[in-house]
Amino acid sequence: MTYLAKPCLHHPSLATNKVGYTRRDYEGKVSTLCAGCGHDSISAAIVQACWELDIEPYRVAKLSGIGCSSKTPDYFLGAAHGFNTVHGRMPSVLTGANLANRELLYLGISGDGDSASIGLGQFAHAMRRGVRMVYIVENNGVYGLTKGQFSATADNGSKSKKGVVNHENPVDLVSMALQLGASYVARGFSGDKAQLVPLIKGAMGHAGAAFLDIISPCVAFNNHAGSTRSYDYVREHNEAVNRLDVITPRHPIAVDYAPGEVVEVIQHDGHALRLRKLHDGYDPTDRLAAMNHVQTHQARGEIVTGLLYVDAEASDLHEALQTSHMPLNTLGRDELCPGADALARINAGLGCQGS
Amino acid sequence: MNRIEAVNDFVVKFANVNGSGSSSANELFAKAILQMGVPVSPRNIFPSNIQGLPTWYEVRVSEAGYLGRRGGVDLMVAMNPQTWDADVAEIEPGGYLFHDNTRPLPASKFRHDIHVIGMPLTELCNAAYADPRQRQLFKNIAYVGALSVLLQIDPSVFDTLFAQQYKGKEKLLDANLLALRLGIDYARTHLTQPLGLRVQRSDRVGRQIFVDGNSAAALGCVYGGATVAAWYPITPSSSVAEAFQRYCARFRIDPASGQHNYAIVQAEDEIASIGMVVGAGWNGARAFTATSGPGVSLMTEFIGLAYFAEIPATIINVQRGGPSTGMPTRTQQADILSCAYASHGDTRHVLLFPEDPHECFEHAATALDLADRLQTPVFVMTDLDIGMNQRLCQPFAWDPARDYDRGKVMSAAQLEAGADFGRYKDVDGDGIPWRTLPGTHPSLGSYFTRGTTRDAYARYSERGPDYVANVQRLLKKFATAAELVPAPVQRPAAQSTPLGVIYFGSTSPAMHEALDVLGEAGIHLDALRLRAFPFSTAVADFLAEHEQVFVVEQNRDAQMHSLLVNELALDPARLVRVLHYDGTPITARFITDAITRRLQLGTPPRQPQAKDHHHGECTA
Repeated sequence: MTYLAKPCLHHPSLATNKVGYTRRDYEGKVSTLCAGCGHDSISAAIVQACWELDIEPYRVAKLSGIGCSSKTPDYFLGAAHGFNTVHGRMPSVLTGANLANRELLYLGISGDGDSASIGLGQFAHAMRRGVRMVYIVENNGVYGLTKGQFSATADNGSKSKKGVVNHENPVDLVSMALQLGASYVARGFSGDKAQLVPLIKGAMGHAGAAFLDIISPCVAFNNHAGSTRSYDYVREHNEAVNRLDVITPRHPIAVDYAPGEVVEVIQHDGHALRLRKLHDGYDPTDRLAAMNHVQTHQARGEIVTGLLYVDAEASDLHEALQTSHMPLNTLGRDELCPGADALARINAGLGCQGS
Repeated sequence: MNRIEAVNDFVVKFANVNGSGSSSANELFAKAILQMGVPVSPRNIFPSNIQGLPTWYEVRVSEAGYLGRRGGVDLMVAMNPQTWDADVAEIEPGGYLFHDNTRPLPASKFRHDIHVIGMPLTELCNAAYADPRQRQLFKNIAYVGALSVLLQIDPSVFDTLFAQQYKGKEKLLDANLLALRLGIDYARTHLTQPLGLRVQRSDRVGRQIFVDGNSAAALGCVYGGATVAAWYPITPSSSVAEAFQRYCARFRIDPASGQHNYAIVQAEDEIASIGMVVGAGWNGARAFTATSGPGVSLMTEFIGLAYFAEIPATIINVQRGGPSTGMPTRTQQADILSCAYASHGDTRHVLLFPEDPHECFEHAATALDLADRLQTPVFVMTDLDIGMNQRLCQPFAWDPARDYDRGKVMSAAQLEAGADFGRYKDVDGDGIPWRTLPGTHPSLGSYFTRGTTRDAYARYSERGPDYVANVQRLLKKFATAAELVPAPVQRPAAQSTPLGVIYFGSTSPAMHEALDVLGEAGIHLDALRLRAFPFSTAVADFLAEHEQVFVVEQNRDAQMHSLLVNELALDPARLVRVLHYDGTPITARFITDAITRRLQLGTPPRQPQAKDHHHGECTA
């Protein structure tokens, strides 16, 4: 309900997290998206994940491109700086921002039009570079803001609201991310918050490029029979490979699983990713097997979800560039300017007479 | 037969095959003359090619210190059979042709009005070296040796140069020395010497440095505090990023920790390059990209965003011949309008126009300050002529007291003290708002940056009054910029005159020479060198003070002329266009000729027949 302002007063009994924030402190402006839009569920999942991980909201930088999904950073983490950039170019802006200050958490929000069409190049190269970020594509297979054109992730043979059948093959961003070197790759569904929140939390603790493809049905233009991105279709064809619990030292979960049913991965931030297997023999640390599994099941019309791949030893662009541990944007003249004496030596070296 | 006689004032041109190793030998030749204290100005004229196509290296020797291209050739070193006919034709009557006469050429291949000097370079090198690569490579050094004798260059200068160049590489030193001696000895025993052209020791070089503008701009970025560089390879700008990498490796690695106080990313294209610069600028790091015209074309959407969302960005545009792929290895000043007004919608951008490497250094550092101060994109408009050629110029200068101007960045303490933060609010009356950096304060100062319209507090708004207030403030900010950018440099004529001339960038040395020549001929012009856009009041005053003002530039469409007319609401009839745009650097001869003709005829000639046959025009 976009015309109703959010109340400013919070109930005094609202629980606070370790850093003293209530869940409400992680919210943003009132969403202007359609009622029932999957994207709002994702925003809520981001709020939940940040609150549970005790992330201070202002230590997050939210970046997006253009489109319905790219509007959402205004609707969560109001205390964080946000940047709604240009269409398809969020990855480069995020990369530059990340280079400037390695201490913030970079959250990139994009859509399937933004990342799989106009921004496919930037998506690919940001993954290749290993930029430390949580890159979320809110994937609905359709251009919502321009009213219902197919996007590049729409399945071949799926039908638009107007009855047009798509004859082009889909771009699968998960397969691309796996191939290009993303070190945390997951797919979720906006309609399954229990699955989604841990996937986001795992990504936020990841030390490299984390990519989440989140199927997020468009209630206005892509939620009809014949669509392969409708709530009904995704529920019927969702093939989760695992269930993830992110175990923080503060929230230990003591559940016993039978041996062989659980894979545990400890990431750099110290949190454990505990994965309950739902699929026999699925190993989320085996990249090639993950690619094979995703391709095989997608060919059957299934939507493979869960934590598909994680490299617990991942590193990022800063490590590759050996960048200063102090954020570059904090360095001043003393660290950066070689000074007049060094310049005199340079001049001497470029001089023309004598040696 | 006429014989050109000149001391310290002539042009030598080397015609070579690309990839044959000639460039380092030719540079050695130029540096040898500099070592004699005589100013030289070399220019590489090269194709978009790695191996096989013709390439030239033109060295102007000028005791007077004229560093512009002169036009015409006094001594041609013709080493490329592909271009022989054209090369021979280019020599001034009474000039000299130096060539490899290992294989005899028919008399029809020569001219009767030039002096021919033959030397069996191939034969000599084949005898001296066994390795085919060395045979080819050392031909170049051998002709430098021979030329040094013919032009009376003191052989001791090579000792100094080799000692610098081959420090710690004694094996290379010996091989080069052998080749040099080969040429010197042959010339002494077999060639008639000296020529009418001679180099004589002088003291006109002094403390000046010899460096290319791209390296200088890169060093300016290091001194100016750039920490993030994102780029995509494109001629003629690639060496800016490469030099930045080199200087950073030398000056920006913390010796104790080995950590790098910089980050360089070779992006996937120019769009990503400028995107990274915008992201870093938004987040408070000084960032730049280096590119050329086609790159700027790709960047324009982001440049519009940075203008409208008010984000610092520094863009070094090493201009080449356009449009499209154009002439990638030739020079022009043809991106003036595309940069001044880059992007859709109403935009205006700050442009700086360095005249030489000294100013490339200075302007690059200044651009980083201006971008932060003004929170907007700033272009450094250099070009291939100064970017990729080594040029004699004043030493780089840095005031030890100089600190970076980070502009209006609100701190956590200011927010805490109750400052009313409105991201797009004009608090100080100069049109420049305050900004906060991400992560500054737990509950104050956050805002949402967007390319859509908003109110003074960065809240989304499509209300007309909000939009108008914002873009009017941007105009006010641009007016503020006019007084912050480098001021124009004026050079008054020897006597009072109603005539003026405006020029900028790499035209400088040719213009200075032309002003001297015109002055000697009794044609006096007050000159103004533009160093930036927006134009300060000094530019408007200069135009108001003169009845007729020539605008000299290196593009077809008189882009600076258009910018002046448009921005200062001038009567175009008072401005005379002097346009040079064939891709070669403008010459003093061309300018002198165009201005003289215009003044003599009183009407614009259709095609001035400049001696060097360059296409250009002079019209009102």
